[in-house]
Amino acid sequence: MKVRQISIFLENRSGRLASVLKEVGRAGVNIRALSLADTSDFGILRLIVDNVDKCMKVLKDSGHTVSVTEVLAVEVPDHPGGLAGILDALSEAGLNVEYMYAFVCRATEKAVVVFRFEDVNAAIAALKKSGISILPAEVVYSL
Amino acid sequence: MFNPQAEAMPVGELRKLQGRRLHDLAKRAYDHVPFFRARMQEKGVKPEDIRSIDDIARLPFTTKTDFRDQYPFGMFAVPHQEIIRIHASSGTTGKPTVVGYTRNDIDNWAECAARSLACGGATAADTVQIAYGYGLFTGGLGMHYGAERLGAAALPMSSGNTEKQIMLMKDFGVTVLCCTPSYALQIAEVAAQMGVDLMKLPLKSGNFGAEPWTEAMRKRIEELLPLKALDIYGMSELAGPGVANECLEQNGLHVFEDHFYPEIIDPATGEPLPDGQKGELVFTCLTKEAVPLIRYRTRDITMILDDGPCACGRTGRRIRRLMGRTDDMLIIRGVNVFPSQVEDVLVRIEGVHPQYLIIVDRQGNLDTMEIKVEVTDSLFSDEVRKLEALRDKIHHQIKAMLNVNAKITLVEPKTIERTLGKAKRVQDLRKLT
Repeated sequence: MKVRQISIFLENRSGRLASVLKEVGRAGVNIRALSLADTSDFGILRLIVDNVDKCMKVLKDSGHTVSVTEVLAVEVPDHPGGLAGILDALSEAGLNVEYMYAFVCRATEKAVVVFRFEDVNAAIAALKKSGISILPAEVVYSL
Repeated sequence: MFNPQAEAMPVGELRKLQGRRLHDLAKRAYDHVPFFRARMQEKGVKPEDIRSIDDIARLPFTTKTDFRDQYPFGMFAVPHQEIIRIHASSGTTGKPTVVGYTRNDIDNWAECAARSLACGGATAADTVQIAYGYGLFTGGLGMHYGAERLGAAALPMSSGNTEKQIMLMKDFGVTVLCCTPSYALQIAEVAAQMGVDLMKLPLKSGNFGAEPWTEAMRKRIEELLPLKALDIYGMSELAGPGVANECLEQNGLHVFEDHFYPEIIDPATGEPLPDGQKGELVFTCLTKEAVPLIRYRTRDITMILDDGPCACGRTGRRIRRLMGRTDDMLIIRGVNVFPSQVEDVLVRIEGVHPQYLIIVDRQGNLDTMEIKVEVTDSLFSDEVRKLEALRDKIHHQIKAMLNVNAKITLVEPKTIERTLGKAKRVQDLRKLT
């Protein structure tokens, strides 16, 4: 259920993102989804890949600061207000979204959005209770 | 000249006075400070061996580390009821360097600060704006007492609030300005923005110090302010500002030698060097009672000028504008900063030994400090707000510890240049020498 996301610290300098992605590509790791959070000084690149362990090793070996965070990939009805409905359910359950981003490709007829919660287990329970579908990790890695 | 008898004393007479005072100083230190007695015993020297100023080389050196080891009052030679003031400056490990003053010490210091102001031609008729910080730092109170001793009107502005400084400077007809040289330039810049023409003000002299500066800065200050910009030297261990000051000849700083005896030594061997040679400046506070400081190694690099008597008539020898430091101390907006202090803050925040680089620069007229910190796995969070909180925490701790506003930049691992495996800690981009 929980998806392992890789986060990488990036300085806000030209070429840094390219350098990370080159390492990942050279290792034969395929990126399933990504998001980049940035400030004026630094950024955090978040990746969902098909081979988490291999990707971690490659990035650590090349001297990057990386960490693994557990996130959830949630199926979102692909129509106006679809995401809003899910966020309503989360807000009713008192859950705070740390950050979220959309998947690059579509798994099914629905869109896929990645969520990061402070309390991932509470989020799983709340989403299930509201009948919202969470994609299993294996499915996500091979999307 | 504020005190011609002392400041223009014939050299022979001055050396004799210094010899007598040195003997008394050695005796005070030996009799009342166990630290000094132990040091003198190690060197096999007794107060009665000190018969002339030339015997000074027989006495041991004192260092900033000694002050730290004797924290807080181990250097004091008088009972506490004789202490009427305590100042302190930043130390290398967070423990400040503590200096006490007896009534006579405060009197002598005020006298020397008054001489410094008079070096620029100040008299009882002047208004002296003191924009050095008031507090534990000796700059503000030192010049304040000097101005009062001179009989001038002291305007105790302390540092900061530049608009108000300019308003009162103009409205009160200030004639003498005391601040760091970079703050003098800051005042000029802000005045221009406010539409105040400083060149129309009755300013005549400025005593600028507490940080290194250059002839180029002097030229710039004198272009923007209608005054003679004079270099002043001092440090809290010795008393405070007023150990030495330039006269209107602007060719080196006259040491007030009846109170402070200067030597230049080879910092590696400790051997005294002749006048005209560059080395580490060492001071002996001949008249200090509370802290009888002997051969204090200032870590400032300069030389005693040997180009003959000064046209102003003062006989105190002149030291050149400071040429550097023997240690890695940085002076940022008048605040002493040691890289080890920055390291202490970082270690205390995260309990790890982070790689860091201090970059000092001067933007416009003000010193800036940036600290780059490598983000290791243990510091890293994948949430922006947590990294920002870490950055802000470092900023606050540095501010609390050093009283400097530093820009904190989080950088990737291994991006800070290492030489021979050891990271370079400081990059000083200011062009001061």
